[in-house]
Formats: sequence, C-alpha cells, structure tokens
Amino acid sequence: MDMNQYLDIFIEESKEHLQSMNQILLQLENDHADIGMINEIFRVAHTIKGMAGTMGYTHIAHLTHEMENALQLVRSGEIKIDSAIIDVLFQCFDKLEKYVDAVESNGNEGDDDSTELIELIKNTILKKDTEIIMQERSDFSKNPTKLKVDSHVENAVKRAWEKEYNAYLVSVELNTKCMLKAARAYIVINELESIAEIIYSSPSIEDIEDEKFDLKFQFIVVTKADDKVIKSKLKNIMEIEAVLVDDLRENNILEFDKTNKDTIAFEEKSDYDDKKLDDGSRSVEKNESNFDEKASKPKIGKTVRVEIERLDNLMNLVSELIIIKTRLEDIDSDGTSTNMHEATEYLERITTSLHDAVMKVRMVPVERVFNRFPRMVRDLAKELGKDIILKMRGQDTELDRTVIDEIGDPLIHLIRNSIDHGIELPSAREKLGKDKDAIVELIAYSDGNSVVIEVTDDGAGIDIDVIKKKALEKGTITSEEYQAISDDDAIKLLFNAGFSTAKEVTDLSGRGVGLDVVRTKIESLGGNIEINTSLGKGSKFIIRLPLTLAIIQALLVKVSSERYAIPLKSIKEITTICESKIRQIQGNEVVLYRNETLPIKRMAEVFNIKEEIKDNSEEDEKLVVIVKKGNKTVGIIVDDLIGQQEVVIKSLGKYLVNVKAIAGATILGNGSIALIVDTNSFF
Amino acid sequence: MNKSDATNQYVVFKLKEEYYGIPISYVKTLEKVTDITRVPNAEEYVIGVMNLRGEVVPVIDLRLRFGFEANEKNEDSRTIVLSLDDLIIGLSVDSSSEVLTIDDENIDSAAKFINSFEDDYIKGIGKVDGKMIILVDIHKLVNNKLETD
Repeated sequence: MDMNQYLDIFIEESKEHLQSMNQILLQLENDHADIGMINEIFRVAHTIKGMAGTMGYTHIAHLTHEMENALQLVRSGEIKIDSAIIDVLFQCFDKLEKYVDAVESNGNEGDDDSTELIELIKNTILKKDTEIIMQERSDFSKNPTKLKVDSHVENAVKRAWEKEYNAYLVSVELNTKCMLKAARAYIVINELESIAEIIYSSPSIEDIEDEKFDLKFQFIVVTKADDKVIKSKLKNIMEIEAVLVDDLRENNILEFDKTNKDTIAFEEKSDYDDKKLDDGSRSVEKNESNFDEKASKPKIGKTVRVEIERLDNLMNLVSELIIIKTRLEDIDSDGTSTNMHEATEYLERITTSLHDAVMKVRMVPVERVFNRFPRMVRDLAKELGKDIILKMRGQDTELDRTVIDEIGDPLIHLIRNSIDHGIELPSAREKLGKDKDAIVELIAYSDGNSVVIEVTDDGAGIDIDVIKKKALEKGTITSEEYQAISDDDAIKLLFNAGFSTAKEVTDLSGRGVGLDVVRTKIESLGGNIEINTSLGKGSKFIIRLPLTLAIIQALLVKVSSERYAIPLKSIKEITTICESKIRQIQGNEVVLYRNETLPIKRMAEVFNIKEEIKDNSEEDEKLVVIVKKGNKTVGIIVDDLIGQQEVVIKSLGKYLVNVKAIAGATILGNGSIALIVDTNSFF
Repeated sequence: MNKSDATNQYVVFKLKEEYYGIPISYVKTLEKVTDITRVPNAEEYVIGVMNLRGEVVPVIDLRLRFGFEANEKNEDSRTIVLSLDDLIIGLSVDSSSEVLTIDDENIDSAAKFINSFEDDYIKGIGKVDGKMIILVDIHKLVNNKLETD
C-alpha cells in the first residue's frame, strides 16, 4: 500500500498545526497565565503526535509525546509557565518544523531523534522524571476465536515448526477513534514483516488495504522471535487498543479446513519458502525494499487550497463556455453576422470571467508569508536587546501562489534591515524621547492591479549624507555627482550591489548583499520597490507587486517581418521622430525629445533582424516606442505597430536561458509565436 | 528472443546521406515543419521556437548542430520533439519515417571511429539489414550547451 497518498495531507496539515502552535506560543509569551493557550498547544501537540504516529514518523511522535507530558503538568497546575519553559517549547517547535521540512523534501523525517531536546524538556519541565506508563488494556477476550484456515496455511505452519520456527496468531484490535484504519494496519503489517513472515491474514491483505475491515484483524506469522518481541513491537504503534499473540503450538486454535484440500495448492505451497525463511534471503529482501524506497521517493507538488465556492464558480463558467460553443455551432448553419457578433461578445465576456476565476483559484493570502515574521522579530529583538512590537495588517490580501513563494525572502531581508539598522537600542530611544518599544509595521493592501506591501519602522531613518559619502568613497558616484545628486537618487544608491552603510558587519546585515538582492528579486517578479525615509523618524519600504504574472497587456510591434511584444507597463509613450534629428554621441544614438536627451536603440540592430530592402528608404519619420525603467527612458525604433493585446507569458524553456533582451514568448491568435521583449536590457 | 521493448527501439532519421537513431523513449512526437519564430541572439543552430499545441518549444537544426550546411526545409523535413528530464526540445532533420529495433549485439561502440567532429554525440553504430545507423547521445547533444553557458 502506498503511504504517499497521505503524505501531502500530512505535510499540509502539520504545517497548519505548527503555524497555530507558533502563534499561540507567541501569545503565551505575553500572557503566561492563560491556561486556555496551554490547552490549545496541548491539543496541537496531540494532533501532530497522532498524525505522525499514523505516518510512522516515530521521532516526531516521540517529541510531541514528551511535549504533551510536559504540558500536562502545566495544565494540572503542578508547574508554572515561565520564560525558560517557553523557550524550550519554541525549540520543540523549531525541531518539529525541521522534521516536517525534512519529510517534505526527503519523504522521511531523518535520523535526528532529538534526544538532547527531550532531555532538556525533562530537565526543565519534568523536574522529576515522570515516566508515563502506557496502560495495557486488554479488552480482548482471553479465549481466542477459532480461525478457519485452509491446507496451505496448515502446511506452512507445520513446515515452520519442523524448522523450529515459531508460529503465532497475532490479533490486533484498533482503537475506535482510529481515523486512518488502513494506514494503521499498514504500519502493523510493516512492523510484523520486519521480524516475521506473514503467511495468513484475515481479512486478506487487499481488504485491509482497502479498509474493508472493522477494528480487528488477525495474522498468522512464522518467526524466530518470540511472542514478547512481537508484542512489544506492536505496542509501540499508536491507536492500537489491544494486541494478542498466541502460539499456535500451545493453543490449538487453528481449525484446519479439511474440505478444501486440494493437491495443487499443496504443490504450490510446498516450495514455500525454505529459502525465504533462511536468513540469507532476508537481506536480499531488504535490498529490494531499499530499492523500492528509492524509486518511490515521493515528489511533492505545490498545492493550493481552494474554497469550494471558487471551484463552483469556475464550473459554472465552463458550462457557460460549453453553451456558447453550441451557440457558435448553430450560427455556422444560419450564418447571420449580427448573431455572430453577439456570440463573440458573449464569448469574450466568459473568457474574461474565466480568467479571473482561475486567477482567484491561484490566489493565496499573504498571511502565509507574514505568519513567520512574529517569531522572527521576537528572536531578533531578543538577540539584539531591542524592544520591538510588530504590527501586521492586511494579512488577508491575496497574491498569486508563485509570487507568495518568492516574496518571503525579500521581506525577511527588509524586516531584518529595519530591526538591525533602523531601530535604535531602547536606551537611545529614550534619550531621543521616543517610546521605548519600537514599532515595525507590515502592511499589505491591494491597489488597482497590483498589491502593495509596506515595511515601516519608527527607527533612525536613513542618513542620506552617509549614503552619499559612502558612494563617493566606493566610487559609485563622482564628486560632481556627489554635489548634484538629489535625495531620491541618493537613496536609490542603496540598491546598488555591494552597498552597505552598516558600520559593523553583523550576523544579520551589513555585508552589502542585501538590498540589491531584494530589488532584483522583486523586479524579477515584475514589481518594484521604493524607499521613503525621514532622518530620526524612521523609514518605509514600499513593494509593489503585480497581482498575477501569467497574463500581461502588451503592445505588438513589427520589425521587418518579425513580431515582438513589448509589455505595456514599461511603455511610457509612442511617438515619431525624424531620422535626420538622430545624433551620434560617442557611438550612441541620441535624439533631443521635449528638451531631454533620449537615447535611441534600433530594434532591428538589437535583434539582428535582416532589413527588408525597402524603396521608401527616404522616409524620414521613424516610429519610436519610449520605454521606461525607473526614471530613465530609452526610445526603441520599430517598423510598425500592430496593436495592444492581452498576452499569456510562456517561458522559452530551460534550454534557452538568458537569451539577451528576451523575457519570454507568447502564442498569438493565429498560433504563431511572438517573443516578449525584456525592455530592462535596453538600459 | 525477441525483446522489442522500448529500450532497444530507435527512431531513425536522415541527415544528408546518413541515417541516425534516437532511443524512442526520449521521443515525444514527430511533427511536420511548422512556423518557427526566430530567437535573436541565441546560438546559431537554434533556429527558433515552435508552437507545439500551446507549448513553446525551442528547435535545433541538427544539420547546423553537426556542422553541416543548412538546407531548405521541404515536404520530407520533420521536427522530432524530444523530452528528456524536464526539457522539451525539437530537432529539425531532413526526414524521418521509421522505428527500428536494434539489439545491443548489433551496436558497435563509437570508440572505433574517432576521427570525426561529431564523435562527441555518437554513442555507437547500429547495424540493421546492412544499413548503418548512427546512434546519437541525446544527453550530450543537449547538455553540452547547457554546461558551457
């Protein structure tokens, strides 16, 4: 049976539970007395324990079990929560997170059995080493039921006895609360197979896998091990009500089914496993199973949880699409153009809604990213000895899943920056007459077609003069520029590679690999970042991200016979200029446009397009698309404009990475491909 | 002993006068030549990208890749679409029409003929009915470029 089908659920759910555990721990830190929180953590730990047990992740189960023990004492009032305990709980949380990550990436939890941490729990919380002994409940009737088996099994058992193996009847009863009975039974089977050979099972293995059983199942096994070993092995599995192991030799519980004696079966079974019972063969089997593990290493896809309502909406739109399809087919036969027109309009409306609906399905709240910050801020604040309150707003703002996955690291960077550079030490703050507790604010909101995320702190702000001096020192700007540079431009220097104004390099920041990476990442997502700062009052980083990456508005242009798409958001304007006005300055073509110098690039040259020989070469007017990047502009000469269109961005694939000036491709209505121009490369 | 599983079947195509073979397991589809959009600033042998049922697939002209002169595409020209690992790529060849089974014992190792510029991409020579079929090492063909990048 394949456990992988449960793996996704396990990962997704444990992450959710861990997330809530994290939140509660943070709250608990502020309010030690709240017993409700303790109960909540207890509940979460218990749930995770149950799930991990089901999946056979013993380390996780073990750790959560210890957490439960510890929390139980807190719940019963025997010990009081203090910050030491909370720290230990945080460590447990970190460890659990690591386990879950390991499960996600490798498919198993790894070898770390967290002995040290468990010791720590015991030392810190369970001052007296309270071993909670698992109660042995045996609701099983001591008189085992007679089991009817046929001759194969009888023979197999007899042969096993001849070879001095033990044969046992193992009866297992699951707890009534057991959720995944099949999975649990699978673990039992696995455990048994590690020490014994299962020769009979009731119900059949297939039925067990299909969960076609009540709570009890029985196996006949042959093994060298004795019943105590089997019992102890199975006792470790969770949610098992009772285990009964009976020696078939002692208790005559097998009722051999004489009626069904047929010789073929006997023949078949008689070559049963002399070798399999040999120890040598076990290693072969082990190898095989290792190989299987390798081959079936689970590949975990990215998932999005979708509200059923959104799916219903999608479903509705698709059915409308089918209706319009039939309608179009009908029009084909009667052929009036007004009908046709109406139908296409209708179709357009549906596709737009469909697009919206699909996009909505891909959307996830930024909460997913924000969630990890309270903990991070807490740790950083503790480490740096600063008092910081993190405020978050707009967690329910939604962004495309792909953007969400990418935006985490840049945000971490910005928040670390704010805390490390921006926020002053409490003593310094008091001197300045500021509140001792600094405030870091994380705000998300949607604004038109984009989502804005702001990271604000009320720290020292950015000293523009320091930046300017530093830039001069590093040779980023010349001394003339130093005089002339505007404050806005000076702040932007921060985004240059290798730029850091931190006086000391700390663990967190100051190595100068920060903000340029942040900017690059955000720009690669199609967004941009700005800084507002006021010396002594704090700074604000504003990130603007597109709602979705997959579909953009683009201007289709023609150069010679080739067509290219230029993203509309990077276009400033479209104009015509006279060829004769283009001047050469140091080999670069420049034109004076509205009293500003405008560099000119010819698309045909950049893309090595063979010019078609045209006789209208005397034509002086050239079409120029002016594109912008920040406040820089470049004019691109094209031959013709085709028009504005919504295009779906497709990547050129891994084989064609880093093709100069090309950002991707799109498929046009007629099935041909147009390349999308990366306008940033023109600067 | 007729093992005709996918491991020893080859899609055979023609380039100039020679026949070449690619393991069938890598071949996704065989397409007639469609519109190809040139990709500027890419390697010379990358003739562009094609639209394969909504997917953008780069196409390599094998003639150029092997250092032969280019030719006009005609009725017989085919694009063999390969899928290896997560890469999808088209190879433009002169013609292709058959799938042959070549058993391992009928394959000579390429080491015998180290004198040509294309050796690098040759895994062996298959012999079927007196015809020689050059077996191409797809991974080298595709990955060499990725590594040099």
